[in-house]
Amino acid sequence: MNWISNYVRPRINSLFSRREVPENLWTKCNKCGTMLFHRELAENLNVCTSCDHHMAITPRERFGALFDGGIFTEVEVPAPVDDPLSFKDQKKYPDRMKTARKGTGEREAMLVAEGEIGRTPIVAAAQDFSFMGGSMGMYVGNAIIAAAERAVQTRRPLVLFSAAGGARMQEGILSLMQMPRTTVAVQMLKEAGLPYIVVLTHPTTGGVTASYAMLGDVHIAEPNALICFAGPRVIEQTIREKLPEGFQRAEYLLDHGMLDRVTHRRDMKDELVTILRMLTGQPPAVKGDLPAPEMVEETPVEAPADPAEKAEKA
Amino acid sequence: MTNYLEFEKPLAEIEGKAEELRALARANEEMDVEAEASALDKKAETLLSELYTDMTAWRKCQVARHPDRPHCRDYIEALFDEYTPLAGDRNFADDHAVMGGLARIGDIPVVVMGQEKGHDTKSRIERNFGMARPEGYRKAIRLMDLADRFGLPIVALVDTPGAYPGKGAEERGQSEAIARATERSLNVKSPVVSVIIGEGGSGGAVALATANTVMMLEHSIYSVISPEGCASILWKDAEKMREAAEALRLTAQDLKELGVIDRIITEPVGGAQRGRDETIAAVGRALEVELKALMKQAKGDALLKARREKFLKMGSKGLAA
Repeated sequence: MNWISNYVRPRINSLFSRREVPENLWTKCNKCGTMLFHRELAENLNVCTSCDHHMAITPRERFGALFDGGIFTEVEVPAPVDDPLSFKDQKKYPDRMKTARKGTGEREAMLVAEGEIGRTPIVAAAQDFSFMGGSMGMYVGNAIIAAAERAVQTRRPLVLFSAAGGARMQEGILSLMQMPRTTVAVQMLKEAGLPYIVVLTHPTTGGVTASYAMLGDVHIAEPNALICFAGPRVIEQTIREKLPEGFQRAEYLLDHGMLDRVTHRRDMKDELVTILRMLTGQPPAVKGDLPAPEMVEETPVEAPADPAEKAEKA
Repeated sequence: MTNYLEFEKPLAEIEGKAEELRALARANEEMDVEAEASALDKKAETLLSELYTDMTAWRKCQVARHPDRPHCRDYIEALFDEYTPLAGDRNFADDHAVMGGLARIGDIPVVVMGQEKGHDTKSRIERNFGMARPEGYRKAIRLMDLADRFGLPIVALVDTPGAYPGKGAEERGQSEAIARATERSLNVKSPVVSVIIGEGGSGGAVALATANTVMMLEHSIYSVISPEGCASILWKDAEKMREAAEALRLTAQDLKELGVIDRIITEPVGGAQRGRDETIAAVGRALEVELKALMKQAKGDALLKARREKFLKMGSKGLAA
């Protein structure tokens, strides 16, 4: 490994992966309705500057802001069998995949990367709700296993950002089998004595919540994120009564003992660094923006400014 | 009284006619209807075996949910000796949707557990139709702890529409309970055998089906979502459940081909609901064979490792199109 593979290549990659500036420069907050200038919104990590509503953020944007200097290296995820069941509903599964790939520019619903946060080496995995609802199929399972294996191999903690409507129905039973599969991945980390932190983001539901998202050493959620097994609509249909305000939202789960913390996206990085450094017996981190690794003199790359409106669609 | 399924209606007619004829003959001794009635019987028999050959996935769903199918309780009563139920999650409540305890199968002491749907209105309500709440999964975790501590094999009988989608269940951590149950079964050193005896409904089933050997009855189903649920999401029309059932590949035969399950247990012609004792006995034989095979391999954490390895590898091949 040298500085070309460690620093220059990911930097080039992240430059190329930047998407074009959207024509529509304004995004409407889907909570308070304020019109937000896209650059300002991106700088605020897709959190409304007026009401603090946390809008969706793609894994790439998130990693850009999370890792020191926006620098990270993707961890390779083994490709699963395409369309294992030859699934067809109103559309064919491969066609749905094509649409999702085109719409997001991503290969699948999870991105795995390694890098440093507050000079603390970690492996991170983030689920992409804009890619078929972040749904968990073979690929997401493979991604979590790859992330855990990489973490064990390099003795780094794993931070996982969950966001999914649940299992990917188009992969039928194989998507259900990701519950035990990803659980084995979590066990690898635990047995290696490595921290596994889950950041639950909006929304985390179904089989995802009922497996790796609820097995962390520490559970942190973003404000107002919907976190549940069965969705509110299903429950209302079952029990035929109105659910209380804020039901299954992050703050509600915190009150009911399912989470350790609810943390603003802006403070997430510092909090992760603080927790991870304590768990791994390292001295406190130097606060504030750190310069990029010293062998390179350039200024760090900014978080890729991504069209906020695209994220909002999710 | 037989409970006929929708697709068995033609059969119901023939069997009904034969029954009527015989009733007439009983009332009027001079009538000789036996020849006619046995012809009808024969016809019914042929039709039954036709109906149960190459069944569509949706028909299998109906059979899997048939109210007269033997349920968890029936298997435990018939196959196990000295069944000693153990209750409670030591935390909040005892969930009657999950039953379990210590028992012997043959001379092997085991921990047996499973979801019980109930057999009449009263017991169905008491059992919550086999839909467990977090307490049920936490009870399962306790039972697995016990089995692991004393090296007892675990037999899990799976039959649930899914975990209960209720307010209290969510508040008390349905997701966490299911996740922990799955995690626990992947940490057990002793043999774990699961049989899907009816419905294997999604996450609610997987927590009890993360086993070294997973078997399914011939007409049982195991799926990530109910065909109705899938139809309403992907087709935006719950009435498209036939299509959804087909697309989901939820039959024992498809799951065997996918490598998700290890063995299919044959049901009598006409399904488990028509041959309850036969079905229960077949499950008993399969359980003994599989348990004995696993117990031979149970050294140190060999079975634990094998179980994890099995699930890690799962899904590496698809179905032949």
